[in-house]
Amino acid sequence: MLASDPMATAQALADLTEISSQIQSAVVFDREGTVLASTVDDERAGLLASTALELLRGAEEQGAADKEVVQLDVTLQDGSVFVVRDGDRVIAATTTTEPTAGLVFYDLKSCLRGLGQEQEKPKPKRAPAKRAAKRKNDAES
Amino acid sequence: MRSRSFLTGFLLAAGSAVGTVLYRRRAARRRESVQLYFGDGSMISLTEGSPEAERLLGPARELLATARR
Repeated sequence: MLASDPMATAQALADLTEISSQIQSAVVFDREGTVLASTVDDERAGLLASTALELLRGAEEQGAADKEVVQLDVTLQDGSVFVVRDGDRVIAATTTTEPTAGLVFYDLKSCLRGLGQEQEKPKPKRAPAKRAAKRKNDAES
Repeated sequence: MRSRSFLTGFLLAAGSAVGTVLYRRRAARRRESVQLYFGDGSMISLTEGSPEAERLLGPARELLATARR
């Protein structure tokens, strides 16, 4: 089960499309196809996630049984499709024609890695309440 | 006069040969293809026309069309 902060995920995607002028749309989802964040509306995001999962499963069939596809890119006449997997998270993105594949992969991986770190970041602990301690001291004296 | 028309013909032939090469190069660059990268560092490239590629190009085209709808 993924416990991700939807705000952080959405922010990471917003940063991604801002950094990369080649990426037109992106969707982050888990291995079950549950959308975590997207740059498009909910209906299209669901369709994108399910189609990307279908693509990823089709790709898995191309390699040996023990080999896992970690990333793929599809070059089409009017654009490209990229899918990158990192643990339980998957990101799919569409780009303009003839993108710089290495750069797009780097940006997508950085985005996924950033989300992973966001999840692992421990919540800040509350500082001990000074007033309560002071009150206790006053009562004792 | 004769050498001039020969030169014109030669230049036309050379120009169309260069144009054909450039056009073919560009067309080849635009061929649809799929690149798969595996966890062990290996990679497979599938080009349009092969049944393996066609199986993956379909969902990819659908994905691109949905994103741009």
